[in-house]
Amino acid sequence: MSLLDAQNISVAYRGVRAVEGVSIAVQQGEIASVIGPNGAGKTSLLAALMGLIPSQGRVMFDGHDISHLPTEARVERGLALVPESRDLFATMTVRENLMLGAYRHRGEGAAKRRNGMEEAFDLFPRLRERAEQLAGTLSGGERQMLAMGRALMGRPRLLMLDEPSLGLAPLIVRDIFRTIATLREKGVSVLLVEQNARAALALSTHASVLENGSVTLAGDSAALAADQRVTELYLGAAH
Amino acid sequence: MMDTSTLLALVQDGVVNGAIYALLALALVLVFAVTRTIFIPVGEIVSFAALTYAGLDGKTTPPVLALTMGLGLVAFLRGAVKARGRALMILALETLGLPATVTAIVMAVVPMQLGIVANAAIAILCVAPLAPLLYRIAFAPLAEASVLVLLIASVGAHLALSGLGLLVFGPEGARGDAFSDAVLEMGPIILPGQAIWVLAATLATMIGLWAFFRFTLAGAALRATAINRRGARLVGIATDQAGLHAFWLAGLIAAVSGVLIAPLTTIYYDGGFLIGLKGFVAAIVGGLVSYPLAALAAIAVGILESFAAFQASAFKEVIVFAGIIPVLLWRSLRHVSVEDEE
Repeated sequence: MSLLDAQNISVAYRGVRAVEGVSIAVQQGEIASVIGPNGAGKTSLLAALMGLIPSQGRVMFDGHDISHLPTEARVERGLALVPESRDLFATMTVRENLMLGAYRHRGEGAAKRRNGMEEAFDLFPRLRERAEQLAGTLSGGERQMLAMGRALMGRPRLLMLDEPSLGLAPLIVRDIFRTIATLREKGVSVLLVEQNARAALALSTHASVLENGSVTLAGDSAALAADQRVTELYLGAAH
Repeated sequence: MMDTSTLLALVQDGVVNGAIYALLALALVLVFAVTRTIFIPVGEIVSFAALTYAGLDGKTTPPVLALTMGLGLVAFLRGAVKARGRALMILALETLGLPATVTAIVMAVVPMQLGIVANAAIAILCVAPLAPLLYRIAFAPLAEASVLVLLIASVGAHLALSGLGLLVFGPEGARGDAFSDAVLEMGPIILPGQAIWVLAATLATMIGLWAFFRFTLAGAALRATAINRRGARLVGIATDQAGLHAFWLAGLIAAVSGVLIAPLTTIYYDGGFLIGLKGFVAAIVGGLVSYPLAALAAIAVGILESFAAFQASAFKEVIVFAGIIPVLLWRSLRHVSVEDEE
């Protein structure tokens, strides 16, 4: 059984279809990716899966239909999204942002929360140095790290990442992707949405290509990376 | 010309009234930051708390309880359409169980005549739940609406409550007993006991709020919701719960203000509106986001009001409300506006 099984998802904004009948699945413990150009509907798809915007279709998570649950109830069940806009709490400190990331475990003791915080700091040492700094004063790369750290504080079963490399320097992008790879080793399943198709395909097991709101290609990432159409459109013809 | 003792008396009056405006300004900023609602009925909560406090005579049950229970029933029926299972049970507890419990406690405690502090607590207990009940009835269902729609709902709630206030309390005004008859004399400053109470209670409320926001997870969740609603939902904070908490706090703060102001002036069923409006002026100076600015502005509003009342009492309100115009001009020039989300 897939951890996430989204069937026939459609999203419309004022009559314009942003996502049209998209089905996508993520297996337990794998990294799956969705690649596609700007405006293909990737962000809308994630927002729909998270319950942030109204959508049609069915979202199954761990065997349960969560289509009608509000965002916070999906978070309670272990779904997490790091949006492209990060949506950090800008006038709160890095530490407070991380602490709120563990909101769904608010019944747990402070010791456990501190452990989680240490893990996040180990994953992103830069955040430890900036712990008492306001989130709004961080650089772009640090914000992405904080957004991921905050999501991981909730110990999600599925982490969905929207364009984690967007607007970041190549060195930081390399770090971020390296971190995503370590997440898999820790047993976190990941749905990675990226314009950077090369990196996404290299990292993921399965991938879907989203164009104009529909999935036009799907399959093994390795196979897709070798696919001529994908090579031409997304990886550059240099290969 | 004004002599020093008049000057001091005016400043002192202004600071005491300003402290109450400051509490209301905090309530307004809190509610706006978390729910984007301009909580106009805050004034009714002030009046109702003041009238309830003034009306406690050791015999009659506070009439406002009928209103609290009635609103509870409406809130329950409104919510019961959608809620199921556990959510329905929580809804019933909060909208029916809580007002009923408050009524039972108050009916048991009123005849004991436990004194002024107990009376203050009773008045706060009876009136504060009106705010979260109003939220459930009028604002929670509109959570995703624009600020304008929320403002219209707020005006509606204000008008409705004001009418109900006339029904419950009648047209006569009332004045409560002072908390203390003591007078503190420090050189030229003569500080009546009530003034000390007002200042102390305001300070305590502010410190309490600060500690709540700073040290508790529920407080952090409220701040987070105010800073970034989407971010808050993404970490699992139910924004309607945050809204409910904000209205609870606002209801408590407004009820405390009402009890504090009851011995200072005669309050009528609709008298809280103007008081709330002055808190609103202060909240606007703080851009509806800054607590310290709003609190400082509230003190300034209080002082301006007391000087205006002394120099040109007929124009008191005009002068106070005109004071907001330069502030708005300055804010618009600096282009710091509170943007509507999305």
